Amino acid sequence: MNSEFKSDGRLERVLRSGRFAVTAELNPPDSADPEEVYQAALVLSEVCDGINATDGSGAHCHMSSVAICALLTRAGYAPIFQVSCRDRNRIAIQGDVLGAAAMGVSNVLCLTGDDVTAGDQPQAKRVFDFDSIQLLRTIKIMRDKGMFLSGRKLTTPPRLFLGAASNPFVPPYDWRPYRLAKKIEAGADFIQSQYCFDVPRFRQFMQKVRDLGLHEQAFFLVGVGPLRSEKAAEFMRTKVPGVHIPDDIVERLRKTPKEKKVEEGKRICVEIIQQVREIEGVSGVHVMAYRQEELVAEIISEAGLLPRPRIGGLSAQDSKVRPRRGNRVNGV
Amino acid sequence: MKFGQWLQNHPHFLEQTYGLTHRVFTMLDPLIAKLGYERVDHWLRGPEEFAKRIVFDCRMCGQCILHSTGMTCSMSCPKNLRNGPCGGVRANGYCEVFPDKPCVWVQAYNRSLEMPLYGDEILVIEPPVNRSLEGSSAWINMLTGQDKVTPKAWESIEIIPLAEK
Repeated sequence: MNSEFKSDGRLERVLRSGRFAVTAELNPPDSADPEEVYQAALVLSEVCDGINATDGSGAHCHMSSVAICALLTRAGYAPIFQVSCRDRNRIAIQGDVLGAAAMGVSNVLCLTGDDVTAGDQPQAKRVFDFDSIQLLRTIKIMRDKGMFLSGRKLTTPPRLFLGAASNPFVPPYDWRPYRLAKKIEAGADFIQSQYCFDVPRFRQFMQKVRDLGLHEQAFFLVGVGPLRSEKAAEFMRTKVPGVHIPDDIVERLRKTPKEKKVEEGKRICVEIIQQVREIEGVSGVHVMAYRQEELVAEIISEAGLLPRPRIGGLSAQDSKVRPRRGNRVNGV
Repeated sequence: MKFGQWLQNHPHFLEQTYGLTHRVFTMLDPLIAKLGYERVDHWLRGPEEFAKRIVFDCRMCGQCILHSTGMTCSMSCPKNLRNGPCGGVRANGYCEVFPDKPCVWVQAYNRSLEMPLYGDEILVIEPPVNRSLEGSSAWINMLTGQDKVTPKAWESIEIIPLAEK
């Protein structure tokens, strides 16, 4: 793996130092108040190495990911800027990437995006000018060649750690490792997966990933999260695109008495973290706790992943290792 | 649509047809050039769309990559994905957006396995779509090379290098 850092961010440093990384998803507010972002970030920042700012996930409108990233970098946190292809064309996206990098963002996660029909405004026009692989490659070109896709030069290229998503849990299963191979070839430095509830299937997938040598070319972070109840599990696996939850997990929650369900959901999550951690080629976990942020710290703590390494200050804080110009605003 | 589906389930036959048509058009190139690409494009659009819509549910993107996508039109994917399936495919292999339609890419992948000639091309990284070619004849764009023109800074990757397949 290339030893030269591609970004100034903490996530890349934690991963390249060989440490097990933790990222967490911030649920964006339906609000114009920055305080709500800071409140949500506060619980996450001490327990993870990067905070994902989602981009209209589930095709629901929330505060934009680029704005959340801007708020987070101002407070010194290390966000992962999620970009979906659903809402913006290539002109808008390349501009946003430059803007995010200018605000101090070091990580970008390139996604196809849930379809508009998954959200509450299904009448919207879907864009999908790029697919996620073309998006990855375009940002890689901006970073490495210092130009827009059109060939026009950038005076200062963005320094970014590029991420892609992977979903080993939906068909065509055999193709999924190849899809991942394409993403890595297109420019992905790290991977964050969809929710993993099916460890045996994930093991199979990682076996193929290792056979193809992909685990040596990118860092794989496994998506995990707590289920509040069997009803929440049922909702997620039927209504949220791409989430696969095996029956035995739903059954386990159903058998648990009502007042202990949340605890049990958390325990399942911790167990999954401990299991995937043992799999060769796994470099970290990505915790997504929709409307249960308060559980994130407990899960990470109980999984034995605390304290987070302190690279350049607080946990989810970016190391500002590049005092390039005197007037650079650090915003800490 | 039934005839089209039957044909699509014979991807080897379709890739042979593609190969043949490719040769015929390449042979006819000097003649088409003499007649004028624009003029022939005008004549060809209608028939091409008609035939390809019946068989492939073609969307006339003008830069056909059917042989690289299991002889399955990737533009009929609601997300226009040209490099593989999204993460929203249902457990039964059906589309996230249209629950009663099979995922285009599940079909594409399965069909590519039955294509000895072009099957491996499913591993090519496809460049961004040139939206300005929409509606024009892909065959003519193939002859003029328009369909291969990528954005200036784009770095083309042929079939991705893999340790094993």
